[in-house]
Amino acid sequence: MSDLYETQRAMRNVRKAAMQRGVIAVLDVGTSKVACLVLRFDGSVQGYDPDGVGSLAGQSGFRVIGAATTRSRGVRFGEIDAIHETERAIRTALQSAQKMADVRVDHVIVSFSGANPRSYGLAGEVELESGPVSEGDIARVMSGADVPDYGAGREVLHAQPVNFAVDHRSGYADPRGQIGNRLAADLHMLTVDAHVIQNILYCVKRCDLELAGVASSAYVSGVSSLVEDEQELGAATVDLGGGSTGISVFIKKHMIYADAVRLGGDHVTSDISVGLQVPWQAAERIKTLHGGVVATGMDDRDMIETGGDTGDWEHDRRQVSRAELIGIMRPRVEEILEEVRARLDAAGFDSLPGQKIVLTGAGSQIPGLDGLASRILGQQVRMGRPMRVPGLPQSATGPGFSSVVGLSLFAANPQDEYWDFDIPTATYPARSLRRAVRWFKDNW
Amino acid sequence: MTDYRVEPPVFDPSLHGKTQPHQPERPLTQEEVEAESQARIQARIQARIQAHIDTHGSLQPAPEPRQYERRADPAPSRMAYRMQRLSLTPLFRGFMRFGVPALAALGVVGFLMNNAASREMITTQVNTLRKAFEERPEFMVKAMAIDGASEKVAADIRVILPIEFPLTSFDLDLEEMRRQIGELDPVATASLRVREGGILQIDVTERVPAVVWRGPEGVFLLDETGHRVRSLLARAERPDLPLITGAGAELAVEEARRLMAVAQPLENRLRGLVRVGSRRWDLVFDRNQRVMLPAEDPVSAMRRVLALNNAQDLMERDVTVIDMRLPGRPTLRLAQEASEGLQRIRALGNE
Repeated sequence: MSDLYETQRAMRNVRKAAMQRGVIAVLDVGTSKVACLVLRFDGSVQGYDPDGVGSLAGQSGFRVIGAATTRSRGVRFGEIDAIHETERAIRTALQSAQKMADVRVDHVIVSFSGANPRSYGLAGEVELESGPVSEGDIARVMSGADVPDYGAGREVLHAQPVNFAVDHRSGYADPRGQIGNRLAADLHMLTVDAHVIQNILYCVKRCDLELAGVASSAYVSGVSSLVEDEQELGAATVDLGGGSTGISVFIKKHMIYADAVRLGGDHVTSDISVGLQVPWQAAERIKTLHGGVVATGMDDRDMIETGGDTGDWEHDRRQVSRAELIGIMRPRVEEILEEVRARLDAAGFDSLPGQKIVLTGAGSQIPGLDGLASRILGQQVRMGRPMRVPGLPQSATGPGFSSVVGLSLFAANPQDEYWDFDIPTATYPARSLRRAVRWFKDNW
Repeated sequence: MTDYRVEPPVFDPSLHGKTQPHQPERPLTQEEVEAESQARIQARIQARIQAHIDTHGSLQPAPEPRQYERRADPAPSRMAYRMQRLSLTPLFRGFMRFGVPALAALGVVGFLMNNAASREMITTQVNTLRKAFEERPEFMVKAMAIDGASEKVAADIRVILPIEFPLTSFDLDLEEMRRQIGELDPVATASLRVREGGILQIDVTERVPAVVWRGPEGVFLLDETGHRVRSLLARAERPDLPLITGAGAELAVEEARRLMAVAQPLENRLRGLVRVGSRRWDLVFDRNQRVMLPAEDPVSAMRRVLALNNAQDLMERDVTVIDMRLPGRPTLRLAQEASEGLQRIRALGNE
């Protein structure tokens, strides 16, 4: 974990430099779109909101000054597949966002959804030397956590302390200053495929930018679409994206589990395309305009022109009923949700005090999805939209933008990570020497 | 399908005068079969259209085939992307906004100034423009008017100011002209201005002659400050003015005038004033009488002479010199006859 520690610390320093400059870009590389926001940090806490609801309770301190979205290319299952195509898409989004912001951006924080995320729970425990818990003790307990063998070709994306315990008192978010003999910490570690991060690094470098951080889009969409008490009591975010569906589980304002199902809206579209024998774009259009998952009697009479430009009049003038379309879409959506259910069951979501499930992502806009999802995932399902941040254009307030908005919140208020603490250098010799000194003190 | 309808009679010249022969039934030709099938197809299409109209209410045109072709790649090239980032850099923007225009202007000026021909062209252009502006009718001076000067002085002024009218007022150096006019002897002060209507107005105050001075170079008129007004051919030109002469007389004109004012009662006998040794005055009267005044306070000495004259008619007597040079001891010099007479009288008295 040491070279990763170095790279993550380097990214953290870049992010600090960007905060000093006051301008940073956040970029969500998705399967169906690349969204980019340019944020300005002026350090000022935003004032009273006339609507009465301040976003982030006035903690945000940043403003969106540029926003751009472009069709994604070369991305499959939330992973970069054709690097140069993706690089061009990223460049398009960045250029138009910079143009809107009228400012040059040098640092970017990227999120992505795929790359087979896997969650690990880590536990660490150290004896406290004496006195209250210090920052060094926290670093010590985190570096002393037993790291499982997460396999070659994997990288740690997040490693966040979620819980601290001093002696038998558990549930501390910040144990500094507590007095005890033993400090224990629980960490949540998220690993992803290393080559995905490398590809993103390459694309960002080709755009003359510096990477100031990477985040899992499942995590950041949870940050933006869960309200505070949901994060506190336990909730899961299901981010229905184009190529993959991200799942993140929060409790006590920490992410404790994240996963991704490699199924998404694109699969629904391809089902329609195959089932109705229409081109991909026509299928996408039919899905967004007429799609649904719950068929009613009315839908049998609701005829949809499939269109087409084959030149075969009979073929191009076909009509299908909306019920047929729903019949194609529903099994695939059910499959996605059942897969999500399986992942949540495997993660032990049932045992959380809160069972809230928030559907977000562009795929969550299918009419009737909440009804279907509550049958599969449980009763407490709601639709999630990203939190309101100042300056966000109206076109970027839909559920499809929850990950990029969450990424900007993540940039403004980053969660403590393992690499935010200084590892005690040369841990062992120093400790043994101190122990020897103490032994001498105690005996003479 | 055979058509049994009777064909209408057709005019056929070959059948002229005969009835139309009976047409036997014949097998259909290829063309007829094709035409027939075409007609059937048309009828089916018509029926289908009618069915469509019955179903939908009207005949809808087939929708335009939707264009799903890929648009051109909207991504900027790497070069365009970098150029845009460069143009968003604040330093570069400042340079483009201020630095480049300044450099361009500097370059153009430097190029033009380096080139002798263009430099000459620029100066010519500038001069032409300047001349055109200066020679606008509003700025032209067409005549000169001299006020307050005698004819002779006016003629002198016209001589020393060789101005060829019309002339633009930008070329007139009024200060220099005033200095030149002021250098003329008869002119006390001069003021010049360009009056409206393009007239150069010169107002001159002439010096007023106060005395006639006979100096080593001739006879001159002096004003009250001792400045020359003009030369005279002879003293008789201005008999109304007193004459002064002697070394340094022109430097003490003011004192001479005071003395003359005091000597007013004897004016008609006064011939002139003579400066002696640049320090004191002699008043010369007719009959060769002379009053010698001291250097210090000559006016009161003159008053005493006048008092003596009033009391004893001193000037009427045969006295050649009244010497007041020592104020405490006025001395009289009698004429030859008078002194002899005096001695005779004294001798008679002694006998």
